[in-house]
Amino acid sequence: MMDRMRIEVKKPLVRKILIGAMSVLLGMPASISFGADFPTAKVNTTGLAVTDTEVTVGDLHSKTGTMAISETGSIQAETLAIEQINAMGGVLGRKIKVIYEDGASDWPTFAEKSKKLLVNDKVAAVFGCWTSASRKAVLPIFEKENGMLYYPTFYEGLEQSKNVIYTGQEATQQILAGLDWVVKEKKAKTFFLIGSDYIWPRTSNKIARKHIENVLKLKVVGEEYYPLGHTQFNSLINKIKLQKPDVIYAIVVGGSNVAFYKQLKAAGVTADKQTLLTISVTEDEILGIGGENVKGFYAAMKYFQSLDNPNNKAFVEAFKKRWGKDAVIGDVTQAAYLGPWLWKATVEKAGSFDIDKVAAASPGIELKTAPEGYVKLHENHHLWSKLRIGQALETGQYKVLYESDLIEPNPFPKGYQ
Amino acid sequence: MTPAEIGGIVAMQGFAGLSLFSVLLLMALGLAIIFGQMGVINMAHGEFMTIGAYTIFACSQLTTKYFPGFQPYYFPLAILVAFVIAFVVGYAAEYLLIRHLYKRPLDTLLATWGLSLAMQQTFRSMFGAKEVSATLPEWLMGSVKPSESIDIPINGLFVMGLTTLVTGIVFLMLYRSRWGLRVRATVANRTMSNAIGINTKKVDRLTFAIGCGIAGIAGAAFTTIGSTGPTSGSLYIVDAFLVVTFGGAASLLGTIASAFGIAQTQSITEFFLTGSMAKVLTLLFVVTVLMLRPQGLFVSKIRR
Repeated sequence: MMDRMRIEVKKPLVRKILIGAMSVLLGMPASISFGADFPTAKVNTTGLAVTDTEVTVGDLHSKTGTMAISETGSIQAETLAIEQINAMGGVLGRKIKVIYEDGASDWPTFAEKSKKLLVNDKVAAVFGCWTSASRKAVLPIFEKENGMLYYPTFYEGLEQSKNVIYTGQEATQQILAGLDWVVKEKKAKTFFLIGSDYIWPRTSNKIARKHIENVLKLKVVGEEYYPLGHTQFNSLINKIKLQKPDVIYAIVVGGSNVAFYKQLKAAGVTADKQTLLTISVTEDEILGIGGENVKGFYAAMKYFQSLDNPNNKAFVEAFKKRWGKDAVIGDVTQAAYLGPWLWKATVEKAGSFDIDKVAAASPGIELKTAPEGYVKLHENHHLWSKLRIGQALETGQYKVLYESDLIEPNPFPKGYQ
Repeated sequence: MTPAEIGGIVAMQGFAGLSLFSVLLLMALGLAIIFGQMGVINMAHGEFMTIGAYTIFACSQLTTKYFPGFQPYYFPLAILVAFVIAFVVGYAAEYLLIRHLYKRPLDTLLATWGLSLAMQQTFRSMFGAKEVSATLPEWLMGSVKPSESIDIPINGLFVMGLTTLVTGIVFLMLYRSRWGLRVRATVANRTMSNAIGINTKKVDRLTFAIGCGIAGIAGAAFTTIGSTGPTSGSLYIVDAFLVVTFGGAASLLGTIASAFGIAQTQSITEFFLTGSMAKVLTLLFVVTVLMLRPQGLFVSKIRR
């Protein structure tokens, strides 16, 4: 133990002298240029894992367990973004090194791993979490140990933290404009709200109901929740047939999602007879549901793989090149891709890796190269973003029908709680 | 809303109840054989169903690639393949794992739980973490319309038919075949069966494998109504255990009655209340009955 410590104390000193001597002798401009502008002592005053050549970050998602279905795309997107940033020279002249941790779809494991990343590895940022439950589990740790989390999933809102950047949409950004669209375009008067029984669908439907009843002055004819993993929807479908709503508003997730759409189709509820708007079916989910079962239904998201802009074309091409030509990209995958880029832009603006400085520099950060188009970070650490309506095609892709203006994030919406 | 439409809803709701009954019965049948006849609590039952689902997916991929013309017909054949694969895996699992633990029932619970986790991760490594979707033949999709306001799902009819067929075969095998005779003899009195020359070890292995094979059939059939992913099987396991326990562990008739009771309770309460409330009421109903009759609905008389 003592021996190793002595060596560790000695090593950097020897290396510094050597590097110093070499750069004086050879006049190496590369090492001096960033070294002079951003010496490690200056950009890292809080003991993070930042060296002259490298900065360490963490990636914390479920590689195993039930959530691996959803989180795999996020891991791929974050890895791609980091590789691209490294190919461009890294952040403040330092290459990004990633420590991957597996949350294993288990919330206490997420908490434990985040503690490990922050306390032992002293990572400068963590890209991770997917479900609200996992985010709630790690939040106190990020706040206590002062870490920085980039969280990619669209979620129910009602949260804001100095230590979290939310790159997905909070609920109002995803819901209000979508309902307005369906009322305007489909002349909808009555709505049937359906969700899996946990916090995100319940909060989202609450917001939807308030908007439908109080703002649009229309009618909700049914609101139903089914346990996560529920696979039999025939009774629900009969209830829908009884109520004959103009719009089914669906927030069903996971394995239930597949069962719901397959059984809808089998019961003869198809897009030519029934308008359905969902906020929980991305291209990723269609892989499991099958394009023929959701054909013609509408989804409200901020991103679709089929978006026609140069940023997105480049992103889709790079993603397929890296992860295979059959890879699909859903809304959350794109939001996860933004995480490392936002962090890079923020660190460069702050001129420092220090968490406090990054948090302070975050509001106002813009990204013009985002696949979804221009985005900007709000003071509340959420993104300004657009809402789009896509119509599902049999191929499993969406045709984009509508695009809103940039919508201000409002995680604590007044009148909607 | 016209009377005809209301009549249509009532008819469709009646069908929904029957459809749920056949789904519950099919998912519980394999478990009932293993749990009821051998006393092994097979926590990996759901994963044997997943084997069936992935078999359908693989067969659908192969058919689309090599025999596109065969696409409308591959499904029944793929169900047979699903049975065979699940049977073989079940046979191997019994040989390598379960048979060493017959005298330690609680340990089989742990061991099969571990087996289920290992199988889930195997699926994930083989087919990827994301869900997949098999291309199902056209004739299985959509609905039949006996009248303007009634839609009867074809996949529901299909599962119903398959359940009837499989249940019938299981009954025939248990009560009309030599294997069935041996199984019943082993269940009734293992030592005595051994003494009169029945190879009970072989009977056990075959019983376990057949139970797993039937789980494979169930999983294959459920691709028409549910998801195919590494953890899809775990969606069914709780309901399957519920049906078997409620029905009385060692009785096939009990399993049928219990599937029917649970399905009707659930689909009727689901129609009049919300989904989560319906689940609560169904579970309360089951718990109450089990408190009054801890052995389940039906018990076959056996000498312990």
